[in-house]
Parts: sequence; C-alpha cells; structure tokens
Amino acid sequence: MASIEEVVPASIIGTSLARVDGPLKVSGGAMYSSDHNFPGMLYAVPVCSTIAKGTITSLDSSAAEAMPGVQAVYHRKNIGQLFRAAPPVGFSGLIDERRPPFEDDVIRYYGQYVAVVVAQTFEQAMAASAAVKVSYAGEKPDVSTTLSSDEKPKVDTTRGDADGAFASAAVKVDETYVTPVETHNPIELHASVAVWDGKGFTLYETSQAVGNHREVMAQMLGVPLENVRVISRFLGSGFGGKLWPWPHCLLAAAASRNLNRPVKLVVSRKMMFQNVGHRPLTQQRIRLGATADGMLTSLQHDSLNHTSILDDYGEGCGEATGYLYSTANLRVTSGLVRRNVGNPTAMRGPGAVPGLYALESAMDELAIKLKMDPVELRLKNEPKLDESLGIPFSSRHLKECLTVGAEKFGWSQRKAGVGAMQRDGLTLGWGVGVCSWIAARIGCEATVELKADGTARVACGTQDIGTGTYTILAQIVAEKAGIPIEKVEVVLGDTKLPAGPISGGSWVTSSVIPAVADATQKAMQTVLMAAVQGKDARFAGKKPEDLVFSGGRVQVKGGSAETSVAYAEVLRAANLGGVSGTGKSEGTFGVPPKVSQHSFGAQFVEVTWQPATARLRVNRVVTVIDAGRVLNTRAGRNQIEGAVMMGVGMAMLEHTTYDQRNGAPINSNLADYVVATHADTPQIDVTFLDYPDLSLNEYGARGIGEIGLAGIAAAITGAVYHATGVRVRELPVRIEDLLGGTARA
Amino acid sequence: MDLFQFSRAESVAQAVAAGAESPTAQQGAQVRFVAGGTTLLDLMKLNVERPQRVVDINKLPLDKVERTADGGLKIGALVRNSDLAHNEMVQKDYAVLSQALLSGASAQLRNMATTGGNLLQRTRCVYFRDTAMACNKREAGSGCSAIGGFNRMLAILGTSEQCIATNPSDMNVALTALEATIHIQGAKGERSVPIHDFFVVPGSTPQQENVLEPGDLITYVTLPAPAAGSKSVYLKLRDRASYEFALASAAVVATVEGGRLKRVRIAMGGVGTKPWRMVEAEKALEGHAVNEGTLHKAAEAALRGAKPQSENGYKVELAKRCLMYAVKQATQAV
Repeated sequence: MASIEEVVPASIIGTSLARVDGPLKVSGGAMYSSDHNFPGMLYAVPVCSTIAKGTITSLDSSAAEAMPGVQAVYHRKNIGQLFRAAPPVGFSGLIDERRPPFEDDVIRYYGQYVAVVVAQTFEQAMAASAAVKVSYAGEKPDVSTTLSSDEKPKVDTTRGDADGAFASAAVKVDETYVTPVETHNPIELHASVAVWDGKGFTLYETSQAVGNHREVMAQMLGVPLENVRVISRFLGSGFGGKLWPWPHCLLAAAASRNLNRPVKLVVSRKMMFQNVGHRPLTQQRIRLGATADGMLTSLQHDSLNHTSILDDYGEGCGEATGYLYSTANLRVTSGLVRRNVGNPTAMRGPGAVPGLYALESAMDELAIKLKMDPVELRLKNEPKLDESLGIPFSSRHLKECLTVGAEKFGWSQRKAGVGAMQRDGLTLGWGVGVCSWIAARIGCEATVELKADGTARVACGTQDIGTGTYTILAQIVAEKAGIPIEKVEVVLGDTKLPAGPISGGSWVTSSVIPAVADATQKAMQTVLMAAVQGKDARFAGKKPEDLVFSGGRVQVKGGSAETSVAYAEVLRAANLGGVSGTGKSEGTFGVPPKVSQHSFGAQFVEVTWQPATARLRVNRVVTVIDAGRVLNTRAGRNQIEGAVMMGVGMAMLEHTTYDQRNGAPINSNLADYVVATHADTPQIDVTFLDYPDLSLNEYGARGIGEIGLAGIAAAITGAVYHATGVRVRELPVRIEDLLGGTARA
Repeated sequence: MDLFQFSRAESVAQAVAAGAESPTAQQGAQVRFVAGGTTLLDLMKLNVERPQRVVDINKLPLDKVERTADGGLKIGALVRNSDLAHNEMVQKDYAVLSQALLSGASAQLRNMATTGGNLLQRTRCVYFRDTAMACNKREAGSGCSAIGGFNRMLAILGTSEQCIATNPSDMNVALTALEATIHIQGAKGERSVPIHDFFVVPGSTPQQENVLEPGDLITYVTLPAPAAGSKSVYLKLRDRASYEFALASAAVVATVEGGRLKRVRIAMGGVGTKPWRMVEAEKALEGHAVNEGTLHKAAEAALRGAKPQSENGYKVELAKRCLMYAVKQATQAV
C-alpha cells in the first residue's frame, strides 16, 4: 500500500535502472519456454536428413517404434495434415520456411526434418531417433559460396546517373565484400512445449512475436485462431532467429494433438545451425566515385545474398545506403541466389549490419586513396536531408557522433601510415565506422490497471527478449501514474494479452510508449471518475475535471497537497478492486513518411597486433549513439556493449562453414563456431547523445537493440588494415589472412 | 546414447578387472572408466562412444601430487586439472604444465577433468564426432571425411591417408616437453611408458591412439626433477582469447648457460596427430646462442615434415612463429 512518505522521483525516464525481472532470472524463477513441464508430458526428438539434396526413398521406423518408451514415430505418411501459412499481411502471417515439415519427400537442405520420435523420456526419444532408418536418392548439393545472381537483380533505390558519374570520377573505389553465413547462437535453444486439450493448443514457444506465432500456427495446424494460445514469458535471447515459427513448432504441436498428450521439443545446438535460420552469405560490390577533395559523386551498392531453394529471403544490404551520405548519383540493387541451405532469417541488424560493413569499408578505402582522414571524409559528405526519399530527417546527429567519438577516442593522435603506431611492443591499428538503423512504430495495444492495493499492472502481448522490455514498461507506468516502479507489475509474452509489437527491428520501445502512456492516462481518468461518483465517494460533489491525478494521488485542482488522497484509497472508498484503461499506438508502416526516422552512430576501434605471433586483438571500442532519448541508460548501455562484443565475433570469429561435398553446416557446435568470450571483450565506452526524437513518441525514444552492431565490423577491418596493411574484404578476419601482415614492430 | 551399466570401482584391482573384459581399450571399447567425464559423456551422447559398461574410478586413491625421491613429481591420475595447475610445486618447478592446463578448456571443465582423462582426450575433428560422416578413427575402414573437408583445425604432422585428426590437449604438450612417464596398472601387472611412446600416430589404424590394452588403468604420471636453472613456457595461439583449442601451441623447457642454450625440450600442440616432440629443432638449438638465425633454423627443422591439408596450410608458418616466440620467451630473450 502506498504511504505518504514514499518519495517518487520526478522522472524515472532516462535514469539508470536495474532490470525489474533481474531477481527472477538470477534466482532461477523465470520460466523459459522449455522450463514448462506437464503431467504426462512426452519428449520429441526430430530425425534430420543426412543429405542436402535429393529424395527420401524409404523410411523404416519399425526398430525405433519397438524401443523402450517410444510412443510414436511420425513422418510424412502419418503426421496428419499440416498446411502452409497464407501469404503475410503486414506483420501477420510471417514465417521464413513456409513449407510445413514432411510436406513431401524432397530434401532441399542438410538436416531437414524427415521424422520425429516421441517417447516418455528425452533419452529414449534420442536413442530411438538414431534408430530410424532413412534411405535417400542423393544428388550433389549446391552450397557454393561464390554468388552470381540467378535472376536480374532488382533496383532498390536510384537517383541521378550513377554509372556516368562513376566513369568520370577523379577517385574511385570498386571492391567486393563478403560476409559469411552467421548462425544465431543465443544460450537458450529454440524450444516448443505444446499442450493440446482436445480442442485447442497452448503453446509455450521461444518466440519474439507471440501474436504472429499464433496466427501462423493456427493456419498451419488448421484450427481456429481462438483455439491457439502462445506464451513466451522469457527469452534466453533470440537475435532475430526466434521472430517467426520454425518447423519444429509444428512437429511438437502435431505430436501433441495426435497423442493427446503435452509434448516438449528442444532443438539441439546442431539443429540451430540447420533448421532455424541464419544470416545469409552476402556478396556486395561497392563502387564509389569522388572528387579529388573527397565529395562523393557516385555510389553504387550491388548486393547478392543466398537463400533457400523454396523461399525468398532478401537480406536488404542496401537499407542504409540511400540516405547515409550525400551524393547526386546512386543506385542500390539486390538479388537472390538459391542454395541447398535452410532458409535464412533476420539476424540482429539484418541488412544494415552486413551492408554497412561493405559500404563503410569502401569509405575507408576511399579515404586512404584520397589521403584523407576517414572521419573528415564522412563529415564532408553529410547530407542535409534524406536524399533517397527527398524528405528531412526527424533527428539526425551523425556529425556530432563522429566528433564526440573522435574526441573520446583520442583520434587526433592518429598517425595514418600502416603500422605507424606502437605501444608496449605492439602495433596499434585504429579504425572508424558509421552505423545507422531504422526507427519506426508498430501498431499495438496495452492495458494498464490501477489497483486498490496501490499497485499497478501493465499488460501487453509483446516480449522481453532479454533487452529490458519488462523494465521499460514499468518505467512508463511509474512515470505516468507517479508511483514507485516496484509497485508496477508487468505482464508480457501471452496472446491472451492486448496485441503487442514483435520484438524485432528495435521497434518495441518506440511502439509501446504511446500505448502504455495512453492506457495509464485512461486508467487515471477512471480513478478520477470513481473519486466523484456516488455519495460516499472521496470527492463527492466534485466533477472529474475539478480533480488532478499526480504522484499517485488525487486532489482538487489548485487545492493544497494535504487534501490529496492516494488513488488506492479512492478505489477502496468506491469498493473497486481496480480500474483499467486500454491504450493504442498507431504504426508507422504503410503510411507515407513525412520525415526520415533513423538512428545514427559512430564507432571507433583500436586493435593490437603482434606480428611475431600473428596475434590480433580488439582492444578498445568507443561508440557514440544518436538513438533519440534513452529511457533506461543501464539497459541501453547493455545493448550497445553486447552489440560491440557481438561485433568482435562478427569481424573476427563467426563463420558457418558448409561442407561442399555433402552440404552440411559442418562446424555446428560451439567449439567449432566460436563466438566472442569475455576474454575477447575490449574496453567499451558508450555515449548516448540523447536528443529526443519527438516524431516517434512523447519521450522521443527510438530503440537501440541493433544499431550497435552496424558499424563495428568495418571499424575493426579498418583498424586491421591500419595495423597490418592487410585489407580483409571477406569476413571474418582470420589468422591466415594476417600472416602476411607487416612485421614492423 | 545407449543404455549402459554403471558401477563404482572400490580398488584399482577391481577397475582393472572390469576393464579387462573389454575386447579393446581403444575406440569401440565396451568398458570405459569415467573420472571427470568431460570427454566420455560428450561422446556417449553423440553415440561416438557406446560402452556397455561405465566404471566410475573417482573413489580410487589416485588424487595426490607428491614429490618423488629423486626430486621429481608424482601426479595421481585423478588429480583435477585445476588442482594440478594451481599446485605450488607445479607452479614453481613446472610452470609450462600449469600454463598449459590453464590455457585449456574453461574453469568449469578444468574443475572436473583429470590428469588421466586429459591424457586420453579425444580429437575434436567434427567428422569423428558425427556418426553421419565417414571417419576411420570412429569406424575403421569407413574413410576420412576430413581430408578435403573441414580441416582448418587439423594436423599437419604425423598424419596419414587414413587420419589427420589433431590431439587437442594442452596438458599433453607440456608433459611431452617435460618428458613425463605414464604409469599403468594392467591385467598383467604394472608398467611405465615414456610419454613419447604412449601416444601412437594414426598410420593405417587411427582407431588406435595409444598403447593402452584392455584393463589398463593409468594410475600416475611422473615428471623428472627439474633441470637446474631451467625455465619453461607454454605459448598457445588461437582465434579467440580463451576457451578454444590451439591452432598452434608450443611447450618449451630451456636451460641457458653462458649465453648458449645448454638444454632445450620443445613440444607442440595443435599441429600433430599426437603431442609433437620437436627433436630436430632441439638439436638445431642446443649448444647455440638464441638469435633469429638459430630460431629460424630450428623452426624450419621442426616443420620440415609438415603436410598441409586443404584448409590448414597457414599452420606451417604459424607453428614456426609459435615455436620461435616460445623459445624466445623461455630463454628470456623477450
């Protein structure tokens, strides 16, 4: 119960707050999807194809079926009918692998599910899955990493005469950059726990978008939408890989329905590399033309990415290219190349992350050709408006990101030559990269209840994927209602709640603010009505408009604070358990934009290079971000720090390799697919410029989940060049690339 | 994983008797001893190891580190990697061993992994660990998928047409440079084997990795007394800063006298099918001053027999640099 003494900070927006869900997580109380267990629950383990292209000629499950604890082995002939999802509309009906599992006997990628074993224990299901005998007519798969477009690439954006201007440019860069397949490796494996109750499903899923998940599953399982409920309370991170449903979700649900028992299916780490998406291989040609004094006259960005045999996944590498720099002549194209791989999917910063690695690498190469400071080159080509759309930016402070970052990093001490900088017997390399990311809102709803016990409850069918959404929602309600954040309960990750945004695109924060703020206002308004309604009301005789709700209390407008009454007391006096309000956010998608809404940033990197041992390490990273107002600086900083660490992995380590002979993603484990460890983590400095972008919401917050990964790889490869003289145009930078690096030490 | 019978050995004799019932102590063993389990359990879950019987040896009295009468060290087979790495005698007299242990795996794994188990650590070759792939080490005669496949991490020394798998251990490299002796209790009694002879190269029988026979239980590892005035170093080169297997590593034990290398022992990891003793390099260095010239000569000699595969040609140059830099460190030239 609220008491008079409680001090409520004037604003908790923009402060540094610990996660409200932190204690639950560190004490093991947070229920992740695979933590859910039910009486009579069975365990499902899929059988994966051991070829990447061909057909199944026979499948013999008799031995597996006879094994201890086995309840069923499902395959094409006995799983029952599964449908494809209808074409998506907006943010509904989205799925990257549209073919339901077992639809036909054709194998199109290595590891494709061909059967699923359901048993009483996980071990029994594992053992039986190895006993299912499958024969194939295999063909040579195509997992080649050299891409040439199957079809004519499409033009994403164009202006002026890019070819002509390039041809006549005084200084040119024409290089091709390659980013490898990267696999999402959150600690939490994908998992589904499906509970069929004879009529409908309750699905505990590792999902970044429960609403979409529900729609897709209802369609594919052939049940009414209202008969599916999807729950995803906590996510052990997703990085985009858990945005849409994957075939294992259907296997768990279908098995549960067929057997009338709850079924748990946890994808293995190996399957993470095969069956649940990846960032595709990209091959990007960048052509830059500039005047001798460094003004861009032409920019061409032609990207290709691989996709699966059946589905089209376009990475969108040129997403930021059209608006990042000023140039009269520009063309951005993209094309798809089919390979025998599982379908790619969004991975943190899809499009811009690989795209800006290429563009910013080319800018670094241009600066070297111009003998110009790479920071200077970027400052010089700053546009006045979004030249791709011909509209102004809502709030763009890239120049300040660069100048503040340069100052913090000590960029003025830079010596330009390769190997020119030394410290403690090591060669230093310095590099810089610009990052940018789209800002937007997705239409959504939220409900806020103010309760008679002085607490509040906010509910929204969005998800917290580890980024701090629980905390942000609590902050908004606490701020609006003027109550301590500890009094706010946040409920997320359930399709029974008001429709929330997908946890993707760094859009959750900007999207939920208007809905939650609106819902809180409405609930507060209802409290005021309750305060005057009836003879025994606390403010009987007054009208709601005579009252004001402030700091969790109700008082007469202009009256003295001593006459104020806690809202809890108002509700109790009216014998109300609580009052609620539902608020709405309007989406920005599909509406012609009047302003160009993007976040910006600059990343500065120092690497150390020891030629004697070919040891290169990322030592120091300074990041300055212009992402609107940061609601919670601790959560915000955490996002950028994590992105920088992931960027070290992207630039130096991560690379999924397909065995060219059989098409298997061959390094499908965490010893052979190495991600950055804490020991690899550089000293990280994060600065937020904190200019509110009021075009998005009343707090001016944009979202910061992805942008921190968008400039880091180019900054690292630039620094690698500066230290070693080796320009790596195919990520990651590997020790074998560097053995030829300069030995000046 | 298959169903298996589990028991605890109360004595060395009991363990040996149980082990002797297996037709082999190598790949395909039907009886396996388990101590830390950090290799065995992984491989059982992957169906690469399918023992019918697993004998827990953790109760056996083999968990001490003691001085030997001749000033050397006797290390029980059950001494955990973390305990051994932090043992004062090891840190003082055999720094290379402590450094090697601490450069391997993660703290959690080192807390479980034992000295005997680490000696028997299996390769990380992806084809060995995947039953869908051909692998002569796992299934004799099935072929080697690593040749012409994903072999960036694999060996360039001691390979054969049948197998190019690397021995992944760091500890074994240090023990090789320290000229350790492996003590084994077998069905026919006790014997001791110099570490150099303990491991065998794959040849045409890659499923055979060492000289252990059915029933053989490693009981101790002994180290000779440290050479007076010697200094030792372990240098591990890898893609990331921790928790990764070596691309190339070097263990060096060196004694410098009058500006010349009086005695040097060098072993390398990440490059061989077994921990690789660099005898030719030692010969090239002993009696000479350590300088770029002698180091280059030693490095050339060390890698002369190297046979790179499709993806690991870089290891030849990397191993040379690793060897040179480690010798420099051990001789305090850097």
